[in-house]
Order: sequence, then C-alpha cells, then structure tokens
Amino acid sequence: MAIENEQPAVGLSKVAVSETHGEDSPYFAGWKAYDENPYDESSNQSGVIQMGLAENQVSFDLLEKYLEEHSEASSWGIGAPGFRENALFQDYHGLKSFRQAMANFMEQIRGGRAKFDPDRIVLTAGATAANELLTFILADPGDALLVPTPYYPGLDRDLRWRTGVKIVPIHCDSSNNFQVTPEALEAAYECAESMNLKVRGVLITNPSNPLGATIQRSVLEEILEFVTRKNIHLVSDEIYSGSTFSSSEFISIAEILEAHDYKNSERVHIVYSLSKDLGLPGFRVGTIYSYNDKVVTTARRMSSFTLISSQTQHLLACMLSNKEFTENYIKTNRESLRKRYEMIIKGLKNAGIECLKGNAGLFCWMNLSPLLEESTREGELALWKVILNEVRLNISPGSSCHCSEPGWFRVCFANMSEQTLEVALERIHKLMEQRKSKET
Amino acid sequence: MTLTRSIQHRNPKPEVQSRKPSGATAMRLIVPLQGVVQGRGGLIFGSLIPCALFYFLQLYLKRHRSPNSQSSPSSPSTSSSNLAEMTRTSSRSNLLSRGSIGPVRISSRASSIAKPNDSPYYVGLDKASEDPYDRIGNPDGVIQLGLSENRLCFDLIEKWMLENLRDSIMGREGGDLSISGIATYQPFDGTMELKLAMAGFMSRVMGGAVSFEPLQMVLTAGATPAIETLCFCLADHGNAFLVPTPYYPGFDRDVKWRTGVELIPVHCRSTDNFMLTISALDQAFNQTRKRGTKIRGILLSNPANPVGNLLSREMLYDLLDFAREKNIHIISDEIFAGSMYGKEEFVSMAEVLDSEDSDKSRVHIVYGLSKDLSLPGFRVGMIYSFNENVLAAARKLTRFSSISAPTQRLLVSMLSDTRFIEEYIETNKKRIQNMHDLFVAGLQELGINCADSSAGLYCWADMSKLTPTYSEKGELELWDMLLNVAKINVTPGSACHCIEPGWFRCCFTALAPEDIPVVMGRIREVAEICTQSS
Repeated sequence: MAIENEQPAVGLSKVAVSETHGEDSPYFAGWKAYDENPYDESSNQSGVIQMGLAENQVSFDLLEKYLEEHSEASSWGIGAPGFRENALFQDYHGLKSFRQAMANFMEQIRGGRAKFDPDRIVLTAGATAANELLTFILADPGDALLVPTPYYPGLDRDLRWRTGVKIVPIHCDSSNNFQVTPEALEAAYECAESMNLKVRGVLITNPSNPLGATIQRSVLEEILEFVTRKNIHLVSDEIYSGSTFSSSEFISIAEILEAHDYKNSERVHIVYSLSKDLGLPGFRVGTIYSYNDKVVTTARRMSSFTLISSQTQHLLACMLSNKEFTENYIKTNRESLRKRYEMIIKGLKNAGIECLKGNAGLFCWMNLSPLLEESTREGELALWKVILNEVRLNISPGSSCHCSEPGWFRVCFANMSEQTLEVALERIHKLMEQRKSKET
Repeated sequence: MTLTRSIQHRNPKPEVQSRKPSGATAMRLIVPLQGVVQGRGGLIFGSLIPCALFYFLQLYLKRHRSPNSQSSPSSPSTSSSNLAEMTRTSSRSNLLSRGSIGPVRISSRASSIAKPNDSPYYVGLDKASEDPYDRIGNPDGVIQLGLSENRLCFDLIEKWMLENLRDSIMGREGGDLSISGIATYQPFDGTMELKLAMAGFMSRVMGGAVSFEPLQMVLTAGATPAIETLCFCLADHGNAFLVPTPYYPGFDRDVKWRTGVELIPVHCRSTDNFMLTISALDQAFNQTRKRGTKIRGILLSNPANPVGNLLSREMLYDLLDFAREKNIHIISDEIFAGSMYGKEEFVSMAEVLDSEDSDKSRVHIVYGLSKDLSLPGFRVGMIYSFNENVLAAARKLTRFSSISAPTQRLLVSMLSDTRFIEEYIETNKKRIQNMHDLFVAGLQELGINCADSSAGLYCWADMSKLTPTYSEKGELELWDMLLNVAKINVTPGSACHCIEPGWFRCCFTALAPEDIPVVMGRIREVAEICTQSS
C-alpha cells in the first residue's frame, strides 16, 4: 500500500472491517431495493413487496386487545409502587416473574410435553444475541459448529463474526425433503477434521428456517446420538416452535431428553425468542435454556452485554402469566398462520409452482428450479434479479441460505395483509403466464 | 494423567508469578537497568532514575499480585489454573479417542468466566443484596455503598410516570403509537426519535456547551455493550488500551472478556489527586510497546470513576495531542456527566473537538441513562463517534444489544418533556451536592479524608490510617471488617487497580440523609477497633 507523507488514518480492528456481517449479500440487497421502493396498498401499488422478512404480523390484534384491557402491564400499578425497583433492576438473573412466565409459555407451546425450570433460563436481547453468546461459550476462535443446510443467512454473522468460530455445513437435499441424515452428519464432521477444525457442536433450527418444516422425532434422535457419540454440544434454535400450524406436529429436543430421563442432557441448549411467535421483534427478547449448569452460569454473566429492559420484562411477565391470554393466543396464532400458508400454497400451485411440504414458520420453501436458465447458483441469482426488479417481489434465494441445490427460494407470507399477499400472488401468476407463453 | 493431577495439587489457587508471560517480566527488568548499564546520562539519569524506575516497577508488580482482583476475568492462556484446565481438557479428548466419555467441554473464554467470582467488588455486591439494609424493615442489614446507583430523584420520575405513562406507551386512539409501531423490527442502533431526544438531553446535561448530532449516535442496551462494541471495533485480539487507575472494575469485564483486548494501567497518585499525567501515559505506552503489544487507544472515564475528578480543558487538548502523535483512539466514558456537584465545569471531549478542527476521527464518547436519569434497568446507552467507519461497524454490531422498543418509546416521551427534564437536572444536582457534602463531612469527623472531586455518585475516601498494614492485604482486611462487622459494602481500591492501598469508593446516592449518621456510626465502631489494635 502506497504511503504518502500523511499519517495513515487511525486504524480499525479486523472485526470492524470484515465482511462477515454479510450485509452485501443478496439476502440483504433485496431489502435495500425494498427500502427504496416499498409497496403500499394505497400510495405505491407498483412498489416492491417485502417477502424476505420473517416477521409475524397476523396476530397484532390479539396483542393490542390484551394491552388495552390490561393497563397494569404497561404501567406499574396505581402510584407506580413497583416502578422504583423495576427501574433500578439490572440483575443479570432477570426478573423471576418473567422467567417463570417464559418457562410456562414454552411449556404451553409444547403442549405440556416438556417441563422448563425458570432458573435455567438466561435472558438476552433477542435470539441473535443468544446464538452468538452460546457460540462464545461453546467454542474457541478457529473451532467449528456444524449446521444443516439450507440455513438462516443471519447465522453466518451471528455465529462467526465476533466469535471467530467457523460454520461447516451439513449438506441436505430435496431427495428426502432436506432432512438431516447420519451420513451427512458424519461427512460434515470428517470435512471439518480434514480442515483441522475442532468441531464443538451442532446447531439446528427446529422448526427449520428456511424450510418451514418441523424436524421428525427419528431425526432428532439420530442427531442426539451423533453429538453424544462425538461428545459435542447440540444447540436447538426453537424460535418458531409456537408457529407450527398444528400443536402436535412440533417435537422439541426437550421432549426427547425427557423421554431419555435427561441422560446426557448437559450438552443440549435451547434458544428461544418472542420475535416470531409473539410478533414482537422490536422488544428484543431472547432466551437460552441450558441443561448445563456451567453454561447457565457463564451465559448469565455474559448476558450483561445484552440485557432485556426491565420495563419490557415486567410488561411481558404480566402478559405471559395470563393463561387465558396465552392459550388463546397460541391457538389463534397457529390457525391464522395455517390459513395464510394454505392461501399462498394454493396461489402458487395455481401458478404451477411447487413448494416443499411445510407445517410451520412464517414462510414457505418454493421450488423454481424449472425456471432456471442454467441449474447453477448464477442461474438462480439471475432469476432472483428478475423477480426483484421486474416482478418486484423481494424473496430470498436459496444460495444465500447455502442450499446445495439451485432454484429454491424462501417466501415470507406473515408480514403483510391478505390483500397484499393476493397482489403478490397475482404478480407471480403473471410471471408464470409470461414464461409459458414464451415457451409456446 | 499423572502430570495433570500433579498440576492440580501443586496449584490449588492461581499462583501469581506464573500469571505473567515470562518474556514480559524479563523485559520489565531489563529496560530500566539498561540505562544504568549503558552509563547514559550521568549519575542522575544514568543510575538514580533507572533505580527509581526499578523501585516503582517492583511496586507495580506488587500491585498486580492481588489474586482477588485479578482472578475472575483474566486472560486464559497465562493463568496457571486455566493451564491446568487446558491440560485436563486435552487429556480428556485423548480419553475420548479411546472410547470413554468425559463431561462435554466449554470454551477457554467461558472457563475463566465460569469460575466463582471472588473479586471484592462482586462479593460485596452479592452480600449486600442478600441482606439489604432497610431503615424500618431491616435496620441491621448491609448498607450498600458499593453500587453507584442514584435514588435521590425517584420521586420526580415516579410523578412523571403517573401523569404520563399510559399515553407514552400505548398512545392515543388510532395514532401511530399503536403496538405495531413498537412491535416490529426497529433499526438496531435505535430510533431516530430517541436519538434526537438523547441529543437534546445530553446537551442539556453538559450545560448546553455542546450540541450532539443524532446521525453520529449508535444506541445500545446500556453503556456496558457500548464499551465492548467500541473495543471490538477499535482493537484486535491481543491489542491493548491504556487506562488511568484507579478505574471502574467493570472495565475488566467490558474490555477484556470476549474481545481478548488487554488493559494497561497508567497509575495516578494521591499527590496529584489521582489526576492523569501525560508523562505517565507516555511511559506506559513505551513500556507496553517494548514488550511487543500494540496500543490501540486510551480509555478514560470523565468524570472519573471511582475518584470523581474531572479532566481539565488543557488536559483534554494534551490527550488529543498525545493520541494524534501515537495515532491511537480515545474512548471517553462520560456517563457521569450529569452527576456534577462541585463548582468545577465539566468539559466534554465533544466540546473540545468542536473548537478544534483537528482529528476527530479518533474520538469516541460513551454515554447512558443509568446514572444521570437513574434508569439502569432500562438499558440505555450510546456510542457517539466522529468516525464514519466506526459508526458503520458499530451500527451493525448493535443487533446483539439493542434497546427494547417500548423503552425507547417511553424515553422519547420523557426526554421530550423539556420542562420535566429541566426540573429533574436542577433538582438532581442539588440533591447530589447535599448528600456529598453531608457524607464527606461525616467522614471528616472520623478523621477520614476524601480526594477532591466534583462529580459522580460517590467519594474516594482515604482509610489507610485504619488499615492494619499499609498494604493491599491490610486494605482487604479492613474491607472485610467493614463488610462483615460494620455491615457496609464499599469498594476497595485494589478492585479498582489503585496503586496506593487504603482507598475506598463509597457511593452515597442510594441513601437518604437520615441514613448517614447510621453509616458513620458503623464506620466509627470499626475505626475504634482498628485504632485500638494498632
């Protein structure tokens, strides 16, 4: 680098200049296009429709109703007696009432099939922070975590950026609906070893993002057996557990452990958050639930960097302790999501597009491989650009999720009104019609 | 296996000598002796000064011998207890390959943090929270003077809450203050509304002498992640920051734990009223560079914690010159800017930069609402920087520590109530001043003097006359007596890396004026025991 007479500008760290934040990838580039020309039902009907953001807006009315009727949640009672303690409360243990409420909520989501101990709950400002924190605790810089593909693009940043830990993919493909197999697990482990990387754990997202499907019991058992045999950790990110369309179809790793009498459970850690199930990403509420005492202690201390506002803890403790509210919410939310899912699947089918059979989440995994000019990553990105710029829909290309098969896209359906979803489906229909007429 | 077990038995507690990398120790001996050996500079410079340096070096090494303040978040590779842990781990993985299973391993970073916290700073906090003093309900409880918390103006905030809360969160009918406004994803580095409100508040708190630009702000969940995030942005693993002593014990966690960045103490002395000098800074810089560690910046707290003194305008200029000369950053933690009680004027780094057209790109200010607005539970902090690259990186990092949206909304409402904020700032200042004067006078009656200070929620008291020996050991014995006999929790200077033993930080803003005689009475009891036994 040529050095002139001037002093070089004061330096920044490697972390600061690294590209690991990933914000230059297509996953985020689409958001920029949306920000510049956002669709609006009344004022900008030709704008870009945001289908790349997994946000749940279908149940706002339930939340609003609760807050209207329960002002004590957002205040601290008449004369604000509890306010002082609350405003001073910066204990990294978190409000006991809130942890209790979270434990109950998590149990309710799992239909009571698993029990959670509030003292094993560590609070963080969002699941993003929870995943990063766990990575700091379970792995040293240069170590590796195994993650099944396709996976949430944010993990590249959350697990790797400041921690210096690497991700080695566990390759899954459409031949068996992208499920993890013991062979794929072994192959990933060997791949890491051949690169001289120490594998410290496996991280799964269940229900899966971007697949929108729950992991089957047998697969969970296989993964648990694998991590036990290799003596490594298992992190199960269950952030979409309350967004399964039917309660019985989601099986948490907690249930598997309970069935095994909690043998070997000290290697298992669950991540949860209220950002998806409760549609409150702005509140910044995440948790780590660990069966390992040392991990709980360390995570709690490290959570000093990412505490949840005590005001928010208080508000949510009130809300989530209200059994009537939570039961109704969980049931209604599931129903509303299922309806949305069926609407989009039907609409896509009418346009001649197939999706992976899903049963959870705020998105569907769409197969556009028949439309690819060439069955490569470049072909997929070319199609993605067309969809973004001409059809004006921001959807997430499978390559940004590290999918090994080109042509798959994640399409979010819960962050908009039904009318907007109709408009999006119409646009897709039009695209498919155009393509068909081109062929004939 | 045998090797592992013998290490465990030999070193049940971390031994100090093995803590420092031996290369560094050697350098520290050689450098001052070089002057003598080479016979440079005649008698004074050639031998007296190197000998003096050598003497202070010994004193410095002695300061760092404290197992208590060093043990918890120490860098993993140099501490022998961690060495034992690492050896155990590798032998465990050998066992694995032979087919047996041991407990699953956690990272070395985590191992050091998982150890029981025996720093007096944290031990005292725990004890006080287990048996908290209450004038009526628990008059024999532990009085908490170790947590710099301001409870003096809660009545004002409570009153505001009662009159304004409902509107401030839920909003009026149909307005854009519905739940969807705060439920959805917000900008991770804080809403523009809150940044504007914070800019106004900070400016008022600092006497209106400087204005703050919202676009240069990155909001974080408390000042703790603000400091850590800045360290991640400005330094690599193994680099270092210079920090004047005594300093806030939390810096050891915020700067070192996850970033792997070191803190190099720059010792300040009571003869200077613990004011930083450029020569001390320069010396520390050179010594550190000689042992091969790269200094990336200076970490200051202004107003200072635990001493409570202020950096003068001249000193700020000098620091900027120093930073420019060495091409390093300055982090100025100004979290106590609104807790002024003295006659001196607080000058923010931002104010000095306003008048200078100089190199702003190296200055970063940390602020938060935990002290000045007494809302530590709400987690509101910020990074204020003049460096676009730092802001760009910090913004992306705030996704790991964002402020909760309902809290942002509540604060926008509160901070925009200019009439309330004016009243609050004025009243707060008066009450802190009142408590400070009462407390310091009370200590004076016991023969305990405090360092000159103008700000903060605490005073820096010299209790060296009461310590059994003038040493860190003596200081900790006194601390223990104060905690367990007098039942007051104060922070010993060694936890703040103070080079002179016997100093204690006493926070007085969690008390009411009626509690002061109780505190003084209890200290008197212990003082009498100490003077009797000496």
